[in-house]
Amino acid sequence: MSGTERDGQSRDGGGASVGSRERILARIRTAVADAPEAPGPVRDYLDTHTPDDRTVDLLAENLADYRALVHRTDTPELPALIGRLLADRGARTLLVPPALPADWLTGTPEGLTRIADDPAITAGELDAVDSVVTGCALAIAETGTLILDAAPDQGRRRITLIPDHHICVVRVPDQVVASVPRAMDRLDPTRALTWISGPSATSDIELDRVEGVHGPRTLEVILLTE
Amino acid sequence: MSGTYLGMPAFPVAAREAVGNETLRANLRHATHTIRDKRAKAVAELADWDRLREAGKRIKDHTLRHLDRYLVQLEESVTAAGGVVHWAADAAEANHIVTELVKATGEREVVKVKSMATQEIGLNEALEAEGIAAYETDLAELIVQLGEDRPSHILVPAIHRNRGEIRDIFRDRMASWGRAAPDGLSDTPGELAEAARLHLREKFLRAKVGVSGANFMVAETGTLVVFESEGNGRMCLTLPETLISVVGVEKVVPGWRDLEVFLQTLPRSSTAERMNPYTSMWTGTHDTDGPSTFHLVLLDNGRTAALADEVGRQALRCIRCSACLNVCPVYERAGGHAYGSVYPGPIGAILSPQLRGTESEIDASLPYASSLCGACYEVCPVAIDIPEVLVHLRERVADRGGKGHRLEKAAMKAAGWVLDHPRVMAAGERAASRTRRLHPSKPPGAGAWTDARDLPELPAEPFRDWWRKNRANDIEDGGA
Repeated sequence: MSGTERDGQSRDGGGASVGSRERILARIRTAVADAPEAPGPVRDYLDTHTPDDRTVDLLAENLADYRALVHRTDTPELPALIGRLLADRGARTLLVPPALPADWLTGTPEGLTRIADDPAITAGELDAVDSVVTGCALAIAETGTLILDAAPDQGRRRITLIPDHHICVVRVPDQVVASVPRAMDRLDPTRALTWISGPSATSDIELDRVEGVHGPRTLEVILLTE
Repeated sequence: MSGTYLGMPAFPVAAREAVGNETLRANLRHATHTIRDKRAKAVAELADWDRLREAGKRIKDHTLRHLDRYLVQLEESVTAAGGVVHWAADAAEANHIVTELVKATGEREVVKVKSMATQEIGLNEALEAEGIAAYETDLAELIVQLGEDRPSHILVPAIHRNRGEIRDIFRDRMASWGRAAPDGLSDTPGELAEAARLHLREKFLRAKVGVSGANFMVAETGTLVVFESEGNGRMCLTLPETLISVVGVEKVVPGWRDLEVFLQTLPRSSTAERMNPYTSMWTGTHDTDGPSTFHLVLLDNGRTAALADEVGRQALRCIRCSACLNVCPVYERAGGHAYGSVYPGPIGAILSPQLRGTESEIDASLPYASSLCGACYEVCPVAIDIPEVLVHLRERVADRGGKGHRLEKAAMKAAGWVLDHPRVMAAGERAASRTRRLHPSKPPGAGAWTDARDLPELPAEPFRDWWRKNRANDIEDGGA
C-alpha cells in the first residue's frame, strides 16, 4: 500500500496525529469485541417490479415524468431526428465523443461546428458549446435512469455536464433493464459512472422540485429501435 | 463538531424561541408536509419496501460489526485504483490533513459538494483560518453561506427560508462573493435557480481543487458514490485537478451489489424521487477523465465511541436521508437550529450526543427533544429505532446525575418504598382524598413539562376503599 499515508508517520507536520490509522482500527476492534455476530442481508427483495414487455414503455414514461424529452425512432430515421433536434435548438456547436457512430451525425444542420472531446479543451471552452450527443451504457426503466460509463461513444464525464443541451441515444430493448438490481451486474465499477435521471433539478427551495440548475437543463432521450 | 455550535442553549430554550417565530413555523410546515406525502407515494411504488429496508439494515449492521476489516479492504482498493487514503481520528486532524493537501496544490480556493462530514468538522472555518476560501455549491448551502446562517436540515439546509427570503439574500449578498444576482430577480424558484447557476459557474470553471463527502464507499471495489440533484456535485467531482473526499468511517459497505439496496431506498426516502437526477460513482482516478489526484480522508470523530454502545450504535446505520426530520412533529415546530448541531431532528437527537458526548447542556437535552411518537422509526429506510436510542440516552444522562435528576431519583426512591408498603400507601391515599380541595391544579416544579400539564383530580375516596365497600362481596359470593 505504497499510496497510503499513515498520518503522523509519513506526513510532515502531523504533530498530534501519531498512528491514527492504528488508533481508529484499535478503537473499532474494542468497540465491537462483545457485539453479537451480524449476518449479511438476505436478498429476498424483488429483482424487478416490472413485466419484461413493459420495460421500454415504462422507461419512456419515467423519463418524461422527470421532464426529459423522449423521442422514438429507428436506425434509418436517426440521423434526421438528431439533425432536427439540433436545428430546433439553434445549436451552432456540437461536442462529439471519440467513437460516436459516424452515421448518427449525417443529418446535422449546415454550419454546425463539431468539437472533439479532447482533454486539452478547457472547461471554459466547453462552456461555450451548445449541445452534446452521446450513447449510453444502460438505462433503467423503473427509475427513468440513463447510465453513462465514459465509454468512447459517451466521452469524458465533463462533456455531458457543461453544455446546456444533451441528446442521449438508448438502444432499445438491448440497453434497457427493468430495475436497479438488474443494472448492477451489467456495470463495471472500475469505470467512472454517471447515473442521470432527468435534467438537473433542485428541491432546495421549499422542498419542491425545480428543473434546471448546473447540469444540462434540456435532456433529450432518443429510444432507438435497431 | 463545529465550533459554530459551542455554547448553544439547551434544546427547550432554543426551541421556545423558534416556536415563537411564525415565518419559520410556516416555512417548515409547508416544506415538511409537501415532502411527507410525496415520500409515502414514492415508497408505495415498491411492493418489497420492507424487505429492502431490512436488507439495508443488515448490510449496515454487518459492516459495522466488521468495520476494521472493511476499512482496511477499502484502503487497499482505493490505493490500487490510484487514490491516497488518510485517517483522521478527530475533527482537528481531518481539518489539518485537508488544509495541508490544499496548500500543497498552491491554490487558495476550493469548491465544495454538500457534505455533512465536512460541516460536522467545521472544515470551511478551518480553511478560512488558513486563508483558503471554500465555496459551497449546493443551492441550499449557498443560501446558508451567503446569508451567514446555519443549516437547519440534513438534505435542505435552507429549509427554514422561503422563496422571498432567498431572493433577498441573493440580491444583497451575491455580489460580495462573486457574480452579482441579475437585476430585477424575482422570487420564483426557477429564477432563483438560474441566479445560482450563473453565480457558481465561474467558480466551477476555474476550480482546481474540489472537496466532497460521499454517501457510500464500496470496500470491494474502492468506489465512492455521491447522490445529488443539481449537477454541482458532478462539477466538483470532475472539473478540478485535485479531489479531496472527507467521509465518515461508517459510510463503507462491503460489496458493489450492496448499492442496489440503497440506490432504491435513499432517493425515495430523501427527495421522494424514484431516483435523484445525478449519481456519480468513481474509483480512484480515471486517466484523463476527471481529477488526476484523489485523496480520501477517513473520519472517526466520535464514531467509534458510538460504535461501542450496544444500543446507540444503530445510529451509525444512518444514510442521511432526512425522512425522520420531515415526519417529526417536534422538528416541524422547533426547526433545525434548536438542535445545536449540523444533525438536526430525530437522528440528530441520537447522533450528536453520541458523537460529542453528553457533557454540554445542549447535548444532555437532545435525548429529550422528542415525544417518542415513533414516526421517525416508521420511515427510516435502515430501521433505526430512534425512540429506543432516545430512551437509552436519557438513561445515560439521568445516571450521570444533575440537579433535576437527583430530585427525580429521590422521589422515585420514596415512591418505590411507598408502593412496597401497602398500609403506608392506603394511609397516604386516604390522607390525599381528605385534603383534595387544598391540592394545586398543576404539579409542583418549575420545569417546562409541569407548566403544560394539569394534575388529575383526586377522587373523594380511594378506589380501594370504594371497591371494598361496593364490590368485594360480589367476588367473595362467587360472582366471578
